[in-house]
Amino acid sequence: MAGVRHALALQVGPVGLRIGSAWKRPIDELRALYRGYPAPAIPDFTVRLEPAKPWRRFVKPSIFIGGDFILPDAAPLALAHGLLAAEMGMNLQMALGQRRFLLLHAAAVEREGRALLMTGVSGAGKSTLAALLGERGWRLMGDEFALLEMATGLVHAFPRAVSLKNEAVGLFGDVAADRFGPLMEDTPKGAIRHLRPRDDAIARMTEPARPALLLFPRYGFEAETREIGQAEVFVRLTQASTNYVALGEAAFDALTGFVREIPARAIDYPNTDTAVAMVERAWAEWER
Amino acid sequence: MTDPVYRADPPTARRAVEIEGLTLVYHRPSGLTHILAPPAPELLDALGEGQADAEALLERLARNHDIEADSDARAEAEARLAELEAAGLVWRA
Repeated sequence: MAGVRHALALQVGPVGLRIGSAWKRPIDELRALYRGYPAPAIPDFTVRLEPAKPWRRFVKPSIFIGGDFILPDAAPLALAHGLLAAEMGMNLQMALGQRRFLLLHAAAVEREGRALLMTGVSGAGKSTLAALLGERGWRLMGDEFALLEMATGLVHAFPRAVSLKNEAVGLFGDVAADRFGPLMEDTPKGAIRHLRPRDDAIARMTEPARPALLLFPRYGFEAETREIGQAEVFVRLTQASTNYVALGEAAFDALTGFVREIPARAIDYPNTDTAVAMVERAWAEWER
Repeated sequence: MTDPVYRADPPTARRAVEIEGLTLVYHRPSGLTHILAPPAPELLDALGEGQADAEALLERLARNHDIEADSDARAEAEARLAELEAAGLVWRA
């Protein structure tokens, strides 16, 4: 394989990933961030970080994200953002190639065997909220994708490192420094720093959970909780799933079953402390 | 001008789930999901008996549903059939 000199294989939840790179640095950074993750027997997906042009491995290096599935017009990233490229590559392979699970574009946390899912548009705060809950008594199952097993309705974890954007990094001052990746400034998504899940979340990555509650958090509004109708939930989840159409009728059955069983609430919140309190309140109401 | 006569795939070509008064329909031949409001799902099911125009469909519906086949109902049925046609769930015979 041209250009792949350094490689790392990782098991993340039920998915095996192999990341190959023309450069050593992104693999070293991944290895540090993902230390202790098991290695898969056979990877499901391959991510390749390759020079945008062959000579650009050395001269002003820039990275093209390749793999089993590619977006032809993906812009190259600077080598300093190699870790971001690897994370984006992992997301991309899942988004385009996953066939075993219906991908819900949602963060997920678990308590006592039941999963709380949070979905919403980019910037709504689901990643940050999931990571905060992960530090406050919940098991972080993932900040980007919840994997819905269509036959059983169970949600499987995909606990990659959480990508914290801009000011969200400052909310995690209590977290040990060795759980953070390098701070990447001026990426196409702003400043980004990855946070490694807690060790227990990594150790329990293969434990699925039955979904209990779905929230649509929205940052930057007065605190308010609203019910959302099942039909709207269905539409929002299909729009946010990258493989709903590809999975056909099985996905239709799984998702209609999901929206009929799982209560959903919209949560508007002005700041993250309020959001955590609102999530806990919604969960307590669900438990009653 | 004669009224358009519509046809549809048999009910076995669809999977339908009712949610809050709406019907989510998975159309097997196309792999597409549709969200239908009454009386569109009922019209679609009534076409299961065979091709028909709006008036004949309303007569079929009147057997099982509390509707009157008056001019309002007919205009409504024609509008819904046009939508179903645009969605690819029915077509003109």
